[in-house]
Amino acid sequence: MDMVTSITSFGRSGLYDWMMQRVTAIVLLAYTVFMIGYLLFNPDLDYNQWAGLFQCTSMRIFTLLALLSMVAHAWIGLWSVSTDYIKPTGARFVFQSVCGLLAFIYVVWGVQILWSI
Amino acid sequence: MLVSVYRYNPEVDDAPYMQDVHIDIPGGKDIMVLDLLQLLKEKDTTLAYRRSCREGVCGSDGMNMNGKNGLACITPLSAVVENDKLVLRPLPGLPVIRDLVIDMTQFYKQYEKIKPYLINDTPAPAIERLQSPEERAELDGLYECILCACCSTACPSFWWNPDKFIGPSGLLQAYRFLADSRDTATTARLSDLDDPFSVFRCHGIMNCVSVCPKGLNPTKAIGKIRNMLIQQAT
Ligand code: SF4
Ligand code: SF4
Ligand code: FES
Repeated sequence: MDMVTSITSFGRSGLYDWMMQRVTAIVLLAYTVFMIGYLLFNPDLDYNQWAGLFQCTSMRIFTLLALLSMVAHAWIGLWSVSTDYIKPTGARFVFQSVCGLLAFIYVVWGVQILWSI
Repeated sequence: MLVSVYRYNPEVDDAPYMQDVHIDIPGGKDIMVLDLLQLLKEKDTTLAYRRSCREGVCGSDGMNMNGKNGLACITPLSAVVENDKLVLRPLPGLPVIRDLVIDMTQFYKQYEKIKPYLINDTPAPAIERLQSPEERAELDGLYECILCACCSTACPSFWWNPDKFIGPSGLLQAYRFLADSRDTATTARLSDLDDPFSVFRCHGIMNCVSVCPKGLNPTKAIGKIRNMLIQQAT
């Protein structure tokens, strides 16, 4: 069988990407539910309480996990879209590079924000 | 009624066009689309289409009738005609050879990839490899596929990546051999399918299920392949 290869996909295995997409979706769902719940239960939230939440290590871990999940989820999704719709290899590679660069920037930026609170 | 047929003969036409034909059905009977094509061909003998068994067994007359793929020979006019009009096009997504005849090479290549034959390295028994009735029942809903390509050419994932995504038809067949108790190549078959395209380009759109003229369910088979892959990997 001529193997289908793809050097730019997330895990290089369809099963791995598929599983990753599900796991990251669950993390993002948990984070969203937590955030909505937190905002609902704290209707008169002030700056100090909000900052206090993110100074807590467990919240930083949770937020970083959600950020990494979002980046992985977006990469797998956009990679998939790009291999469906962008047929010229050059254009597809540029699109994937821009996505990868943006993902990297968001992670660094997110870490910087999180640990400067 | 009005029939609009896709016409393209690359030897004489610069581009494909739709040919509109007004036709009276003899006796106003509810004939099959294939019979209608025969009437059209009597009027214009240059019209090309494939057909053989005319009873939904050979799978050669798959085409797109008023937007939906199916076999012309077992599709009555009453099932597809709308407002006394019928639009006939070749199956979408594969190259057209002429009129309603498409080049199925890509489709067969995907079929070939899944090794559509029993693989068994153990010495052959004197008579035959037996299956229990339960083991045989596992193949129901799989072996009936007639490779008409109605499903794969209705699948957007196959349209975008016909060279990499096996497609619903090939995957249904892949599962047919994965599910066969007499086949011993399960592990090798599964590792051939583990890339990001072959199986995982299926996004569960289920066009395949809605068009299959044999009432088969490729999406379900694809789900089972995915479960087998997960089991093998965890
Ligand atoms: S369920 Fe999968 S194989 Fe079937 S049409 Fe949709 S994407 Fe294609
Ligand atoms: S699964 Fe159904 S639609 Fe697809 S090739 Fe087989 S018989 Fe045709
Ligand atoms: S002519 Fe054989 S399936 Fe229609």
